[in-house]
Amino acid sequence: MAGTRVLVGTRKGAFLLTSDESRTDWKVDGPHFPGWEIYHLKGSPVNPDRLYASQTSGWFGQVIQRSDDGGASWDTAGSDFTYDGVPGEHQWYDGTLRPWAFTRVWHLEPSLHDAETVYAGVEDAALFKSTDGGTTWAELSGLRKHDTGPQWQPGAGGMCLHTILQHPSDPERLFVAISAAGAFRTTDGGQTWQPINKGLRSGEIPDQDSEVGHCVHRIDMHPSNPDVLYMQKHWDVLRSKDGGDSWQEVSGNLPSDFGFPIAVHAHEPETVYVVPITSDSHHFPPDGKLRVYRSRSGGDEWEALTAGLPQQDCYVNVLRDAMAVDQHESCGIYFGTTGGQVYASNDSGDTWAPIVRDLPAVLSVEVQTLR
Amino acid sequence: MSGSVRVILPAHLRAMAKVQGEVRLDLAGEVTQRAVLDALEAEFPMLLGTIRDRATAKRRAFVRFYACSVDLSHQEPDALLPEQVLRGEEPFMVVGAMAGG
Repeated sequence: MAGTRVLVGTRKGAFLLTSDESRTDWKVDGPHFPGWEIYHLKGSPVNPDRLYASQTSGWFGQVIQRSDDGGASWDTAGSDFTYDGVPGEHQWYDGTLRPWAFTRVWHLEPSLHDAETVYAGVEDAALFKSTDGGTTWAELSGLRKHDTGPQWQPGAGGMCLHTILQHPSDPERLFVAISAAGAFRTTDGGQTWQPINKGLRSGEIPDQDSEVGHCVHRIDMHPSNPDVLYMQKHWDVLRSKDGGDSWQEVSGNLPSDFGFPIAVHAHEPETVYVVPITSDSHHFPPDGKLRVYRSRSGGDEWEALTAGLPQQDCYVNVLRDAMAVDQHESCGIYFGTTGGQVYASNDSGDTWAPIVRDLPAVLSVEVQTLR
Repeated sequence: MSGSVRVILPAHLRAMAKVQGEVRLDLAGEVTQRAVLDALEAEFPMLLGTIRDRATAKRRAFVRFYACSVDLSHQEPDALLPEQVLRGEEPFMVVGAMAGG
């Protein structure tokens, strides 16, 4: 029987949650790296025993951890994230320019094609690549050196590169998203980049047609149709049918179109999940009801999924990297909350149950389907 | 001068370096903060960047250095450490600064 391993990054360590394909009984293993912020951990699609973790601390800085046995043991990998050349400057909150400065790794994206290749999205926003299993890192600096780079400025959470999407068959084609610069695409493996923000509308910036400056919270795609992208923006849920050349809002009947994560069903390219949050100033679900919303039509028409989720007095948030789907025949959906709960559905979201309730605040959730 | 210096790391860094208790470093030449940290990072390369900034080699903001009940954090990196540290009578302590609330 196939297995399931959920990788959870929290404010105070990492946890591995394992089950079989039924996904009803779970073993909780952790904390790994207790006391450290684990912004993200993810397994290689090529070698599922190879895991990477971003371990960070205000005291001791950034550490990359690597496991070759599915998280049973870990060793430090490389953590030298030096920007390419003279870093230059970007916009700061007060309108002044500030030098680019590395703070932490927000997201690790192991290659779909090579077990030793992994990408890292960092704050201040930049994309790094390792081809030796995370031992050494080189910046794909064409992104940060884009003409618009000096115009980029941080969102409230920092100027982070938080999303890295890979084309399923073309390793040269990548998408990234940066708060609060927007989404970008490369077709040459990261040498050159194009902003792909046409059609986004953001009340927080004065020029709605601005090439950059939009606070994209998360993008996702289905590998069977990589030209269709889904985006949860600061406000608005959007879809692109042309690989990001243009975007159309598909918020439809959502109770709020503010939120952080967005995920696409493993087997249904037009089935999409979001977790509406009340507003940019109220980072909790509307009406105290924790509801996942599902669209089976690529957006616009959404249904609330509530079975097994708290429907009163719930005031947690679900962060941008804290939702994932597995590849089992009956698709599993997982998300973690700032209240420390990790919820799972083994039936595409129809019903939910908590795997754990009392972890530290959850920063990220990924899942591996083990065969 | 040289010495066998005792170093106490904070718990997080002991776990990362996979050591228990004190670390002992045999140093040749003058025993300074820089010499101790250079030797520490050479023996435990996973600690690179956790105590000092990689690029500038400056102490990270929330890390402190104590010895002989004195805060040495603001001393010049090339200043000699106290005699008791050189002789191994007192440890050189790397401490995570108090923070929280």
